[in-house]
Amino acid sequence: MTGTGLEAPASTTPAVLRRKGSLPRWAPLGILAATAVVMAGVAAATGSGVGLWAFLTAVVYAVATYTTSRVVEGARKAADRLVTVIVTGAFVLAMVPLVSVLWTVIAQGWERFDVTFFTNSMRGIVGEGGGALHAIQGTLIITGLAAAMSIPVGVLTAIYLVEYGSNSKLSRAITFFVDVMTGIPSIVAGLFAYALFTLLLGPGVRFGFVGAVALTVLMIPIVVRSTEEMLKIVPNELREAAFALGVPKWRTILKVVIPTTAGGIATGITLAIARVIGETAPLLVTVGLATGVNLNPFDSRMATLPVFSYYSYATPGVPRDPFLDRAWTAALVLMLIVMILNVVARLISRYFSPKTR
Amino acid sequence: MGKSVEAKDLNIYYGSFLAVEGVNMTIKPKTVTALIGPSGCGKSTFLRSINRMHENIPGARVEGRLELDGQDLYGANVDPVGVRRQIGMVFQRPNPFPTMSIYDNVIAGMKLNNKKASKSELDDTVERSLRGANLWNEVKDRLEKPGSGLSGGQQQRLCIARAIAVRPDVLLMDEPCSALDPISTLAIEDLINELKNDYTIVIVTHNMQQAARVSDFTGFFNIEGTGKPGKLVELDETKTIFSQPKQKATEDYVSGRFG
Repeated sequence: MTGTGLEAPASTTPAVLRRKGSLPRWAPLGILAATAVVMAGVAAATGSGVGLWAFLTAVVYAVATYTTSRVVEGARKAADRLVTVIVTGAFVLAMVPLVSVLWTVIAQGWERFDVTFFTNSMRGIVGEGGGALHAIQGTLIITGLAAAMSIPVGVLTAIYLVEYGSNSKLSRAITFFVDVMTGIPSIVAGLFAYALFTLLLGPGVRFGFVGAVALTVLMIPIVVRSTEEMLKIVPNELREAAFALGVPKWRTILKVVIPTTAGGIATGITLAIARVIGETAPLLVTVGLATGVNLNPFDSRMATLPVFSYYSYATPGVPRDPFLDRAWTAALVLMLIVMILNVVARLISRYFSPKTR
Repeated sequence: MGKSVEAKDLNIYYGSFLAVEGVNMTIKPKTVTALIGPSGCGKSTFLRSINRMHENIPGARVEGRLELDGQDLYGANVDPVGVRRQIGMVFQRPNPFPTMSIYDNVIAGMKLNNKKASKSELDDTVERSLRGANLWNEVKDRLEKPGSGLSGGQQQRLCIARAIAVRPDVLLMDEPCSALDPISTLAIEDLINELKNDYTIVIVTHNMQQAARVSDFTGFFNIEGTGKPGKLVELDETKTIFSQPKQKATEDYVSGRFG
């Protein structure tokens, strides 16, 4: 830790064990700062922008770190440092869009993040004011219905696959089609639901339940996959322990297997809900948009947050600004709902997970 | 409690593979019978066929007769779940239910089967079983704590308590000490000695000293080669098996001159 680390190691250490010099702890940050400053100069001199500066800094930093470390610490440490730089760089790169989206949505959505937004609908609003109460309710109703339909189907399918399927032809076929379903574009799910209800009830029908069916098509495979993975990690020894006590198979599943992994299943379900709650395309096709509150999912159009946001932004009225503000706030509310769901998932998984103390 | 088990020409299969062939064995009530033999010779498979756990593996089946006090356990109208309620089992690795407290683990056999019982009955069962498993004094102050917080040896005794809580006639043990340290092993061996007053015990073990210490009778299983079925070579009183076995293979095995 102390000293430069560059002094010669004690000569009594045999060559195999001898450590080469090591860079001081501040070296990575120091090199980074130096590189950034130098590259800022280069960028200013050539008149290029921030993007090029960041890119140049990253590349030169990687090269500089590797070279310095190679000279001082040897090839193994140098490779270690180079890979650290690459991994960190990939992480930063992945975080940039995330932070950017979060920042933009909060900054733009904050304008209308007020009480009116949560208490008013758009009925009779042409310009300023108004809110997305109807859209929030619509999103919760439609997603709730979708969850109520897909959770039982998904969980029971997963139970069949893991506990009863035992790699039979049927279970392999189900696994295959669940995988296929995972890849269905959401608009296709929307068109499927729309077509189904057109066949049943005649052309042009649009109501909340159709959207819920479309979301169900998207949600079932996610629930099946996550539940399946969770059930698979329940040790077989627990099932055997229950069987050996003379517990029938269905009770073993209900009272031993599922409670053991309830946290994981609940997390998977919550994440599946979070995944479909932001779907726009299928709801655009199947549910449309309404300006007022409609709490009946079986009759007429309904507003939902994603569609509300999309329409406010794509076809604003005059004046434009209130519509754009509302679109951003709707996006912010949607993000908050997803965030709350994620927190709930974590709490559930902590509450249910088996304890050892 | 404590019934006899009798196998008559028992063949045990995994799919089309004959794993154990032609077992004829009588296990007397309230005795400890140890099953020894090299790995893969079918002793665990035989043990798991006694309480019909074997058939949980896809394709696994059994031919021949297996009787519990004369009652055929593989009869057409016999429910395997009912068989397992009379023949308890303790596994190689301790497997308490991680979601349940120590208390709930002991009464898991009743709780999971929705047996109605009063609080005092349950309390009695828990105390009786934990005392029976020599665990009561160690856990009586923390019955509501999770079972998975106990040490390995305690967990295994908890599993034994869970198995005897439903008052089975026979207790099967599949290498119950192989995952435990010598002190926990000793505790379990002492326990087996006490349990044989009430239960018929069949124990599979790789440890011949253990077989010699705890059992009244010892059965030696052997296998002629890979792919061949395992067979019961000899079953006799433990001291006979370890001093003057009738079969050459048994003598080679117990004296360590095997293979």
